[in-house]
Amino acid sequence: MNSNSNSYIFIYSVVMVVIVAAILSTAATLLKPMQQQNIKNEKMSSILASVNIESTPENAEELYSKYVTQELVVDAKGEIVGTFENGKLSGDARAFDVNIKAEQFKQSQGEAFISPLYVLKNQGKTFYVIPMLGKGLWGPVWGNIALEDDFNTVVGVIFDHKGETPGLGAEISTPIFESQFVGKSIFNKSGEFVSVTIQKGGAQTLPANMQNHAVDAISGGTITSVGVDDMMKDCLKNYVPYIKNQK
Amino acid sequence: MSDQVQEKESLFSAKNRKLISNAIGKDNPITVQVLGICSALAVTAKLEPAIVMSISVLFVLGIGNVVISLLRNTIPQRIRIIVQLVVIAALVILVDQVLKAFAYEVSKQLSVFVGLIITNCIIMGRFEAFSMANKPWPSFLDGVGNSIGYGLILIIIAFFRELFGSGTILGWNVFETIGLYDIGYVNNGLMILPPMALIATGIIIWVQRSRNPELIKD
Repeated sequence: MNSNSNSYIFIYSVVMVVIVAAILSTAATLLKPMQQQNIKNEKMSSILASVNIESTPENAEELYSKYVTQELVVDAKGEIVGTFENGKLSGDARAFDVNIKAEQFKQSQGEAFISPLYVLKNQGKTFYVIPMLGKGLWGPVWGNIALEDDFNTVVGVIFDHKGETPGLGAEISTPIFESQFVGKSIFNKSGEFVSVTIQKGGAQTLPANMQNHAVDAISGGTITSVGVDDMMKDCLKNYVPYIKNQK
Repeated sequence: MSDQVQEKESLFSAKNRKLISNAIGKDNPITVQVLGICSALAVTAKLEPAIVMSISVLFVLGIGNVVISLLRNTIPQRIRIIVQLVVIAALVILVDQVLKAFAYEVSKQLSVFVGLIITNCIIMGRFEAFSMANKPWPSFLDGVGNSIGYGLILIIIAFFRELFGSGTILGWNVFETIGLYDIGYVNNGLMILPPMALIATGIIIWVQRSRNPELIKD
């Protein structure tokens, strides 16, 4: 058969596409369980890291079940609509499986939405970990913030990003930036929600009474800093009704 | 480079060995042909992603060259570029999936750049210039040679960028151990930024050309 005829080219491409599709879909199906386990381990590690518990991909699951005593799901009114405790689920949803992106979309459409909350116990102390998701300069940024049982003082934060500029916006996931948040508070003295502001020019440029609610922004990473700032305000404010209910 | 290799030639004849040594040295894809620069700039801020990237390219180019060489007499001329792209894309997706399953941390650091191997000029260049006209074994050697040449430059750049930018080698704190911080050294943030990769590549090209005057044509 003439290798330049139309029918030859047509048959050749069809056969090639079918073979390649078969190889790739087999590989994707076989590797999927391991990939999902990796994503799960990373999420668990990140929740643990916000309260300074180090974990590796190997022991993340074990440490997670040891320290995370409760997974709560709260709605916009601050009511608990789902509790996952000791491997048992009561209510509508498990916090670990809540898709924050989908919930944020529902919120933007004015529909009912839910927010996940993790309760950790370590050395007799209780911590509350709130997952966050927002927009950076080049893609999504996300993270976890851990609060003490007064629902006010920050114990630690962990940020991560899809593709912020190395050396600039990507600095949000370095300990230098994250450690600034330790000890800050998200409510002011009169009990209003203020979040933690990421201040361009440095937290010390603010009035003294605001400095406990602000950290220094990243030099040269203004848009990423603003993105993280918005993310914290948008995500944390969904928990304010729940926190008010607890007090 | 693209001469037909004679029948019954030994596997590592002088000609075949040259396929590897030339690609590493005076026909290096990065420093002489100036191909594959984009990924070289992007993944060399740390040594580990640079090594994984080199291995990924070695896999894609080594296997891809053999596949194209085996198919070379059946590929219709008019759609040869499409066939080459399909082979590259399939291999790259395989690499990406395997990394996500077995080296998740590294795959996150490499992020989009594994996917961008598809557009790596070295691979299309070798398919088009070599394996479309040569037998599988020389094509394999050519692929291995070129990816080693590529990987070598990547690893050299990444070594210096990680060492001076973060003070570490593969995450091990070199500068802290030898006490360089105590005498006042500060990590050089410029090394982490992409421009420094370009400058480092430039310095390597300069060194190579000054040692091999035959590379300077004009």
